[in-house]
Amino acid sequence: MSITRREFLQMLAVAAAQGLPLAGRAAEAGISEALYELPRPAGSATLLHFTDCHAQLLPLHFREPDVNIGLGEARGRPPHLVGEALLRYFRISPKTRLAHAYTQVDFEQAARRFGKVGGFAHLATLVKRVRAQRPGALLLDGGDTWQGSATSLWTRGQDMIDAAKLLGVDIMTGHWEFTYGAARVREAINKDFAGRVEFLAQNVKTLDFGDPVFKSHVIRQVNGVPVAIIGQAFPYTPIAHPRHYVPEWTFGIQEEALQKVVDETRKKGAHAVVLLSHNGMDTDLKLASRVTGIDVILGGHTHDAVPEPVPVRNRLGTTLVTNAGSSGKFLAVVDLEVRGGKVQDCRYRLLPVFADLLEADPEMAAYIRSVRAPFDGKLSEPLAVTEGLLYRRGNFTGTMDQVILDALMEAKGAEIAFSPGFRWGTTILPGQTITMEHVMDQTAVTYPYTTITDMTGAAIKNILEDVCDNLFNPDPYYQQGGDMVRVGGLRYRCDPTQKIGSRIGGMTLNDRPIEAGRIYKVASWAPVGEGASGEPAWEVVARYLRSKKVLRPVQPNRPALVGVDGNPGLA
Amino acid sequence: MNPYRRSLLAFAGGAGTLVIAAAAGLLRTGQAWAATWNKAGFESKAMADVMKSLGATGAAESKDIVITAPDIAENGAVVPIAVTSRIPGTQQISIVAEKNPFPLAATFDVAGGGEGYVSTRIKMGQTSDVWAIVKAGGKVFTARKEVKITVGGCG
Repeated sequence: MSITRREFLQMLAVAAAQGLPLAGRAAEAGISEALYELPRPAGSATLLHFTDCHAQLLPLHFREPDVNIGLGEARGRPPHLVGEALLRYFRISPKTRLAHAYTQVDFEQAARRFGKVGGFAHLATLVKRVRAQRPGALLLDGGDTWQGSATSLWTRGQDMIDAAKLLGVDIMTGHWEFTYGAARVREAINKDFAGRVEFLAQNVKTLDFGDPVFKSHVIRQVNGVPVAIIGQAFPYTPIAHPRHYVPEWTFGIQEEALQKVVDETRKKGAHAVVLLSHNGMDTDLKLASRVTGIDVILGGHTHDAVPEPVPVRNRLGTTLVTNAGSSGKFLAVVDLEVRGGKVQDCRYRLLPVFADLLEADPEMAAYIRSVRAPFDGKLSEPLAVTEGLLYRRGNFTGTMDQVILDALMEAKGAEIAFSPGFRWGTTILPGQTITMEHVMDQTAVTYPYTTITDMTGAAIKNILEDVCDNLFNPDPYYQQGGDMVRVGGLRYRCDPTQKIGSRIGGMTLNDRPIEAGRIYKVASWAPVGEGASGEPAWEVVARYLRSKKVLRPVQPNRPALVGVDGNPGLA
Repeated sequence: MNPYRRSLLAFAGGAGTLVIAAAAGLLRTGQAWAATWNKAGFESKAMADVMKSLGATGAAESKDIVITAPDIAENGAVVPIAVTSRIPGTQQISIVAEKNPFPLAATFDVAGGGEGYVSTRIKMGQTSDVWAIVKAGGKVFTARKEVKITVGGCG
């Protein structure tokens, strides 16, 4: 399987390299064909998968990370490969469309050359095209669909709920969806999704009796093959977000419960068993080694654009683990070859959605225009022109995060600022006008409050250690799948290879050591504690940008890294 | 979810809990309970003293004890912990949160022939190993699992 996949990639890479730069229409059409016209394997069941689109209805730029460190067993293995290391591992030719889709290499130049990616109108065209080749293919949405844009926040996810129905999503699971509250999730499932979209999550139970809140699985006939899809919501929803959104539900990985569901679906006659997961890739890799009977885990949450599945052995067989990136950049096509009641082979393609290679689907484009129309004035408000590239992804910092931190420190008169290590948020090219919509792309959450807190040096260290452990704990089940909290003002050193309590050191403020007992003013936003309030982050950032008019390139405050020299997850 | 069961119990109030406990029928009650109260264990602040009080100092780890607990707690004030002991003749199951100010959180005596399964909620102030200490056939066995208590927030 992996050889076929590599050859496929190689072929595309060569085609793309020849066709570009400054390609004529004919050459572009050829590339489009090579990318999107997939050979049809005989007698298979096909699943289509996208995940973590973060409510991005329009085409965008999204820069993949230059820092995604893997330690121990995870070192140098997918998804902990960035830049050229990733290209080498998957044998993707540099400077090609695929290289641009999967990595941050020469991002600005490549983004200008290859144009925007994603967008639901273009995604819809691709979905329709693949479905025409593969009758009965199921479309699976891994979640984080209702959050990440202004329009999703202002319509409480309704724009995305209707877009997903129009796109033809069959089954979804969730994470940020829950931050609209339990009642809203129920309302969407009972009213909008009834008879159309199944919302599955085997790992959400009631706190009192442990009763299931959602259906755990469905078995669907896909081109005549009974395929079981099991849903796995983000296990740490009540920890990563304010608890009060889902006060009566408990989450967690719930491995034993999952094993029971898998066994049940096999007993019911499923020939293929697939987990639609929002665990994050490292967690899925561990889970695949312990839970038996799953053919493929279609994963999300950690936004890893991994071109090939990772086969994981367990007691009774092999499970393929995938992760399909984010922001609507990719559509995964999973062809399962099922014979004799079981999966014999699996062909996987993670197709980048290049907006200029796929015509916009007229129906979806019209829908998007209509749903945005009431907000057009607010969305398009120009705030400033950026001279530098603004992006979010990376284990420690991003230039956009730095802008948020600078805005927070200025607005609150704080010497230090924290901003959550969210992995979503669009990328803005140098020379582009930053609009209110761009700011909302980075801040649109249901708990956007900015705060100022007096904290001791010791408390600051504890927070840094705690969040760092959520990222680098050697056991994936203790990771939460976000990146390190972004830090403004304060400089520090980080050795990810150490244990909690010993990773963070060398903390200084204006070249003076942080004192454990001294009080510092710390600005922050998106607090998970109860009863928080404050001006929304987008107001603070927008005001800051309006006052600048022209935003000079910012230098992100990356900690001095220790112990990870030569790590293939560090570009 | 079973809405019928929930509304029934809401109506029955606290009685529901008693019914469940009584139905289980596996816990000793009354005087026998008082007679075996491990005063030294419950008042110990040091892990070593707790282990000593349970006769678990240097006891062997057993794969037949399964601790079901969250990897990361959703609420440190009520961390659900369940222990299953498949060791024949299980007589007693204790739950110990190593870094709690008073580590010994609970001890359950299992009547003869009872199933080695207990479930409760404990309070935890910080990330810690949670131990299950099982007495069976006059011997003591242990298992442990880390439960992380975190400040929360992510992406």
